Amino acid sequence: MMGERTLNFRSTGIIGTEELSKLGLLPPEERLRKGPVAIIECPELIPCNICVDACPFKAITMERIIDIPKVDWEKCVGCGTCVALCPGLAIFVVDVSKPDKALVTVPHEFLPAPEVGEEVWLMGRAGKRLGKGKVVRAWERNKTWVVTVEVPKELAMEVRAVWVEK
Amino acid sequence: MPCTHTSPRDRRIWEHPILTFKRGRKIKFFFEGQEVEAYEGESVAAALYAIGVDVFSYSIKLKRPRGAFCMIGKCSSCFMKVDGVPNTRTCIEPVREGMRVERQEGLAEIPTDGGEGGVEDEEVLETDVLVIGGGPAGLSAALATAKYGLETVVVNEHFKLGGQLLKQTHKFFGSKDLFGGLRGFQIGEELSRKVMENPNIKVLLQTVAYGIFRGGWVGLAGKNKLYRVKPKAVVVTSGASENFLTFPGNDLPGVMGAGGAQTLMNEYGILPGDEVLTVGSGNVGLIVSYQLLQAGAKVKAIVEILPEIGGWFVHAAKVRRYGVPILTRHTLKAVWGKERVEGATIVQVDEKFQPIPGSERDIGCDLVLIAVGLTPDTRLFAQAGAVMRWVPEVGGPVPLRTRYLEVSIPGMYVAGDASGIEEATTAMLEGEIAGLSVVTKLVGHKAEVTERREKLLKFLWDEYRTSPLMARARAGKESVTVSEEEMEEIRRKNPPFVSFG
Repeated sequence: MMGERTLNFRSTGIIGTEELSKLGLLPPEERLRKGPVAIIECPELIPCNICVDACPFKAITMERIIDIPKVDWEKCVGCGTCVALCPGLAIFVVDVSKPDKALVTVPHEFLPAPEVGEEVWLMGRAGKRLGKGKVVRAWERNKTWVVTVEVPKELAMEVRAVWVEK
Repeated sequence: MPCTHTSPRDRRIWEHPILTFKRGRKIKFFFEGQEVEAYEGESVAAALYAIGVDVFSYSIKLKRPRGAFCMIGKCSSCFMKVDGVPNTRTCIEPVREGMRVERQEGLAEIPTDGGEGGVEDEEVLETDVLVIGGGPAGLSAALATAKYGLETVVVNEHFKLGGQLLKQTHKFFGSKDLFGGLRGFQIGEELSRKVMENPNIKVLLQTVAYGIFRGGWVGLAGKNKLYRVKPKAVVVTSGASENFLTFPGNDLPGVMGAGGAQTLMNEYGILPGDEVLTVGSGNVGLIVSYQLLQAGAKVKAIVEILPEIGGWFVHAAKVRRYGVPILTRHTLKAVWGKERVEGATIVQVDEKFQPIPGSERDIGCDLVLIAVGLTPDTRLFAQAGAVMRWVPEVGGPVPLRTRYLEVSIPGMYVAGDASGIEEATTAMLEGEIAGLSVVTKLVGHKAEVTERREKLLKFLWDEYRTSPLMARARAGKESVTVSEEEMEEIRRKNPPFVSFG
């Protein structure tokens, strides 16, 4: 796992926190501690600005359609609207403000639909099952589920998908 | 010869996270003399695949089993005898109650009496504009010409409009003014509805434009009917076909184009395979692999001969999160199986793309997805004598064109993948630009039209295509885009035998 993270995302399909941070896509530590915030794992210059229009708080900006999205960490409240609308399913919300557990919000487009209260598999960026966590919130927009799960705090930056056992 | 159609399989998908399959009424038809069931709205090929038929024909010389590959009428591997007519493309032939479908073994005999329901008289069609192709580019072009009062005929090979949008279940990138955020099939439905409702547009389904002739005539062949049209302008949006690869076993049923598998899965709700090996990690390979996971298949691996993933990172990340390995510097060595794919051997390659001996690995799978690019379907341009150039960056031979998408045949326009491979958003942009160019030529200069066309061109060239992810396609398209003056010069040197308008 650690080895993979140091490799370039273009050859692995996995992005590490170091790379995200270098691209300005990670919020500063003190902002993370304050509460839920969006993390956009979109490191390439895709001609797309859906997230800019999606944000109800106008927290995401870009100058040209091909820019990497820029999040105003103070405006972002971590509502997850962009998680539902991003065509690349590349946006997540992370909340490490609670003392015991972290909350991670991920997009989900698989059956069965997740249900609040159930335990689901927590998946890392390389598809590894990192453990199980409880679904605390789930809502759907145009067939994309937005699922918030409880995860151990140390996995807040690792869990990027859930898998619901059939 | 095993008879797979008695197999109890049901490959239909009954539950899907994105799609609701609206199946028509149940009907019965005959396959190899035996009664089988299907749903109205399915193609013959889809209906057969759904009940477990893998072998559609036996090859001409060696009598090897052949299955369906592209599912959109481009490749000929699904040829069957339908109601006595051989070489019917079963992938774009709708099932009908009581129809008789038979496998072809070897070379088919062409009936001399024209078969059942032979061709009636040729009809001469009157129209201002002929749009060839009913995908994102063609529909956008037709809506643009019809908006300004031009009578427009759209011909479409398939029995449904929408082209490849119909099978796109992912949400489109772009901006919300360009359908960004909507899923591809939703865009396809929207465009098709607008076209069907437009009184200035006439749609001819299951109709193919077979040639362009002196005097500006275009020949169309529909179901049991021929047409002759002399339009004032032609917009050709004939799309593309999937590339193939050379490897032992590449003709085994179960080796399928990624787009072909996508058609089965997302248009008809039929699972193309349970265990999949994907060859090629471009956006198509990545997206279709993800969609196979959504449909319930297991994707064993995606192999990529290059050291880097071909497609966009976000698409790669989507499959990686669910455990699909992307094996860079790997290629397919062979596919094996008796009457269909049972597995494949992959191999690692060195810096010179040569297989590394001893690195072979066998992967059990029943579907090998070929996702190694597309070739523009530009045969009508070649036949009409348009000046063309081979451009590897956009997938093959494409016509030279002006910024306004007119080719060297005056009054003939190109848009979408036929103009060079990109994707559906640029196809819609190009379609509208070509349509507006036709309006300018036939209706005359209109400030509103010019303004809109300039806005689209500016967005396409100065914003959308400036992404480094589009650099290759942009360079390719730039290399075949010439000024009006250059085009005049090209026409002087290569006088066209035909022109429109």
